[in-house]
Amino acid sequence: MATNPMHQFEVYRIGPEIKLGEIDISFTNASLFMLISSIAILFVFNLGTKKNSTLPSKLQLLAELSYTFVSKMISDTAGSKAKPYFAFIFSLFMFVLFCNMFGMIPYAFTVTSHIIVTFILATFIFIGVTIIGFIKHGFGYLKLFVPSGVPVLLLPLIVVIEVISYLSRPISLSVRLFANMMAGHTMMKVFGGFVISLGIVGGWLPLSFSVALTGLEILVAFLQAYVFAILTCIYLNDALNLHH
Amino acid sequence: MIKKKIFQLIFLSFLFLEEAFASESGGMPQLNPEFWISQIFWLVLTFGTLYLVLSKLILPKISANLEKRKSQILENIETAEKSREESEEKIKEYNKIVQDSKIEAKNYFNQTREKMLKDINQKKENLDKEINEEIKKAEIEIEDLKNKAPEKINKIAIEISTDVIRQLTSIEVNNSSISAIVNDLSKDKDKYYGI
Repeated sequence: MATNPMHQFEVYRIGPEIKLGEIDISFTNASLFMLISSIAILFVFNLGTKKNSTLPSKLQLLAELSYTFVSKMISDTAGSKAKPYFAFIFSLFMFVLFCNMFGMIPYAFTVTSHIIVTFILATFIFIGVTIIGFIKHGFGYLKLFVPSGVPVLLLPLIVVIEVISYLSRPISLSVRLFANMMAGHTMMKVFGGFVISLGIVGGWLPLSFSVALTGLEILVAFLQAYVFAILTCIYLNDALNLHH
Repeated sequence: MIKKKIFQLIFLSFLFLEEAFASESGGMPQLNPEFWISQIFWLVLTFGTLYLVLSKLILPKISANLEKRKSQILENIETAEKSREESEEKIKEYNKIVQDSKIEAKNYFNQTREKMLKDINQKKENLDKEINEEIKKAEIEIEDLKNKAPEKINKIAIEISTDVIRQLTSIEVNNSSISAIVNDLSKDKDKYYGI
């Protein structure tokens, strides 16, 4: 067993090397867990919508509750204009949630603990939101950087700060999720290592910590998926209803 | 059971793969760009597929079902409201019928009472009349008897006088003379009868 707590984030090839021209797109453990998460989501929701009775079964209730949960989240933060993007935000929330949750299973790989994955998701959202903003408001979208009610003297400074904060959105969004997942899993691994090294005499304390951390990490897994989705909604809200 | 087997299989395979691919390299494996392109490729592939299937197949089903249920609930509420109104109307009708029948019963009772009172009064009057008539008849009879009484008394007096005289004197006295005397006396009858 590897005792290095970072070892769990190692990506390795499963099966043969696949090359697309010069680019390596081999199937890895990360790919496997992306696939498992997607298939699990589709499996659950397919079963949940199979019968579609008026009196829902447990799985159907789960599907409907998730639907109303995300739908309410979107309408609360981004208004009714965000309805066309519901499917995207729903898939995003479910994908991140399932990846986080599958990461909680021992020996499983956490897809969202890799900066490249969260960064690609965040960048896609950032670019998409910016495009939506320019389509909806034209160059008026730039007014986002000029808050109303600011003294003229302060305006150059504020605009610079606003632009920087806008441009750092993909970074903050991706790093938040990645760092949370990585830190949590590293900590659990460290405490697990303590349990082994302290043995049967002293191992109980870190073990109890480990148990508590598992609960906390499950909460964090849900919370980070929620935060990721709700921040997407907030960015979308900026693009759809220019408030500044 | 099958699910459990599959999960076990997956985890066991990781154990072996980990052994096979374990390579101790310091720092964060996340910053190793070796598999970045692969991760991006598979992320786009899986997430894209997930998005397409969810948005085209599954989410419309859920929303349609939610809508259906909503409309069904509204319909049921409407039906319930209708039935409630109907029942209220029926209760009103029923109350009206009860009220009407109460009034009718009262009227009927009053009518019957009046009729009975009238009947009783008439019967009483009739009875009174009959009784009066009877009394009058009786009075007339009594009067008649009273009027006839002196004549009879006179006759009896005459007979008795004749008898007495014959017994005492053994003389046949003329009836007519006695009757004349009796009649003469009875003219002052008030004195004797005390009437």
